[in-house]
Amino acid sequence: MSKVEEKLFQNRYRVDEGRPHIQIIDQEKCTECGTQDCTYLCPAACYAKAEDGRHVVLTTDGCLECGTCRVICSEFRNVAWEYPRGGYGILFKFG
Amino acid sequence: MEKFDVIVVGAGAAGNAATYTLAKAGLNVLQIERGETSGTKNVQGAILYADALERIIPDFRDDAPLERHIVEQRIWIMEDKSHVGTHYRSDSFNEERPNRYTILRAQFDKWFSGKVRESGALVINETTVLELLKNDAGRIVGVRTDRVGGDIYADAVILADGVNSLLARKAGLREEIEARNVALAVKEVHFLPQDVLESRFNIQEEEGVVIEIAGTITRGMAGTAFLYTNRESVAIGIGCMLEDFKGSGVSPYTLLEDLKNHPSIKSLIAGGEVKEYAAHLIPEGGYKALPKLAGDGWLMVGDSAGFVNAVHREGSNLAMTSGRLAAETLIALKTAGKPATAANLQAYVEALNDSFVMKDLRKYQHVPALLEEKQFLTTYPTLLNRAAETMLRVDGVDKKTKQRSALGAFVQDRSLFGLMKDTYKLWRAFR
Repeated sequence: MSKVEEKLFQNRYRVDEGRPHIQIIDQEKCTECGTQDCTYLCPAACYAKAEDGRHVVLTTDGCLECGTCRVICSEFRNVAWEYPRGGYGILFKFG
Repeated sequence: MEKFDVIVVGAGAAGNAATYTLAKAGLNVLQIERGETSGTKNVQGAILYADALERIIPDFRDDAPLERHIVEQRIWIMEDKSHVGTHYRSDSFNEERPNRYTILRAQFDKWFSGKVRESGALVINETTVLELLKNDAGRIVGVRTDRVGGDIYADAVILADGVNSLLARKAGLREEIEARNVALAVKEVHFLPQDVLESRFNIQEEEGVVIEIAGTITRGMAGTAFLYTNRESVAIGIGCMLEDFKGSGVSPYTLLEDLKNHPSIKSLIAGGEVKEYAAHLIPEGGYKALPKLAGDGWLMVGDSAGFVNAVHREGSNLAMTSGRLAAETLIALKTAGKPATAANLQAYVEALNDSFVMKDLRKYQHVPALLEEKQFLTTYPTLLNRAAETMLRVDGVDKKTKQRSALGAFVQDRSLFGLMKDTYKLWRAFR
């Protein structure tokens, strides 16, 4: 397990199965992005470089709902970002 | 359909302060929060500033879940293996009504929400507000939620939906937040036996220590780190401006691991059990980044509006104060039988201007630009730490030579003119 996964393992979530609250709008646009900052700046490591080395894969299960991915994608505006449905997502015990 | 006097979106520090104040005054108020219970979506360091809360709930100390009151503040300028620091500790902070406390936000907010319910407000949890409702004239008249038949109407809507401020942006009331105006912070809560914690930090039961940290730990990015003592845990975290993170190749959790492994920190948290990892954006753009704060039928409070004093690491007090002032503005309008128009809500902006919220934000308006100059983030911390080591190491070199070498390093790295310019910039930013 990576360091981040170990960290997220401590957290409590109620995952909204099959209804990710964040989506990459156009997968192809990510291939034009030189830095793909989301792949290392997302504090929950939800974004990963795809096996082809060009695309980006998003898995929102560990999302901490901070908003970083949306704010940093300012050049392409390629992140559709909503809060999870009421009651779903991260449930902070201590905050 | 029932129409409310006010709808408050969000149950953080600002939303709770606003809702409580409104309901206490007898207004018909609805608060909508997406978390399972109020507090489960909220993240803070966290320090509670008693004054801001006392003005809303004077006897909060009777039953609020407070961790420790702060008797000592440490400020550390870190280099890779060292830190130079100042401590201020005083027994006068052991007073009947202490001024600052550490808290765990999820627990504190749950308590605050209980007070909000007792005050007579209707609180709905597990409900996400999707967008604001406008009438033909462009006035905000209510909210659309993710519940079936989820449109709800009110005379005014208070936007306390947090730093991402999605609702205002979707409604065209503000622009998307920019990376240069927010910091990304990550933190962990480490649990330690209470007696171990108290002996490590040299504190008695209920006393607490705050450590604020700057220096090379942020790798040249504008940012700070912190360590706060709770009753049986420490909160440890680090944050940097998102604009600086961009293109850095550095992950926020890597910085957190570096911080935890720093020799000045490692022994303080050794043996602790990590029970939570959190991340949060902090609106640190200051005065120059503030959006429009009110308009026809709406007011913005707390993090949504960007009310954070990054220099003093204050936010929750600005949030509570802005929430209270927004509520008081609406109460006064209701009493006078006036509508919540943009013109009438200017009273909220004026109340903010008269308060410490705007005064402090205005005072430090030049600081964000200052932090774009990297010498303040790495060069000076390094020079300070090296100078301390030079002066303290006893090795047969005479003190005058040591002093010359320490000062010479400053001139060499920044030049005399550079030092003078930096002094002026610091004075201008902090005067």
